[in-house]
Amino acid sequence: MDLTLDDYLLVSGLLFTIGFAGVLLRRNIIIIFMCLEIMLNAANLSLVAFSRFRVHNGLPNYNGQMLVFFIITVAAAEVAVGLAVIVALYRARQTTHVEDITSLKF
Amino acid sequence: MATILFWLFSALMLGFAVAVVFNRNPVASALSLVVSFTGLAALFVMLDAYFLGVIQVLVYAGAVMVLFLFIIMLLDLKTEQRRKLNAGVIIGGIVVASAFFAQLCAVIEAVPFGNRTFPPIQGNLQDVQNVGRLLFTNYNLPFQVVGVLLLVATIGVVILSKKELK
Repeated sequence: MDLTLDDYLLVSGLLFTIGFAGVLLRRNIIIIFMCLEIMLNAANLSLVAFSRFRVHNGLPNYNGQMLVFFIITVAAAEVAVGLAVIVALYRARQTTHVEDITSLKF
Repeated sequence: MATILFWLFSALMLGFAVAVVFNRNPVASALSLVVSFTGLAALFVMLDAYFLGVIQVLVYAGAVMVLFLFIIMLLDLKTEQRRKLNAGVIIGGIVVASAFFAQLCAVIEAVPFGNRTFPPIQGNLQDVQNVGRLLFTNYNLPFQVVGVLLLVATIGVVILSKKELK
């Protein structure tokens, strides 16, 4: 039995759901940030699967892989800035627990 | 053979992603995430995206996760002490995530040709060459914009990390 596009999309969807559940369930801001990365990677997996599925002239459709390349680059920049913000927050409040940081709460 | 490997690496990736969510120690979470990303890189390689597989290991499992670990160690985060569990949040989170997954399954079900296998690739796939050519022709402008973005991010991080923000 060969693999179909649905198999990859299902795995990608499961990975996205795990990341989503992590963002909802965890209260440590660093873990929430890691779960965001999981969700980005789930999207990458479905993009690469579609890219491989749309074979043109015997080659995969590379436009999807280009998008993944840019997503990885932007995610790396995002991680650097996000972690710097978390460090600044930790200096100000000595906590990474989101329920202790409620200055903007109405 | 490919099918067995696919399910093996998928199980590895998903299992360690679950471990990221449920570990109480942030260092253990970060190390689980490294394994999860490596499994994802294996899936990229199985989809003939060799360049992206290598980039995934180098950039994510290497650079990004080292940065995460570095920050966790720098902040000296202890294992989270058990706070009183808010049952509403947990039940709500699981319900919302399950509903989301059910919706996602319905969308995947509706993908046309989703039950077809992947068409074969002709000849030797010059993956890095193809990616590189496209990157410097069709995608040259976004490539340079991303370079500027990385520069801006670097400067932003340096300014954010200063002792006192003015």
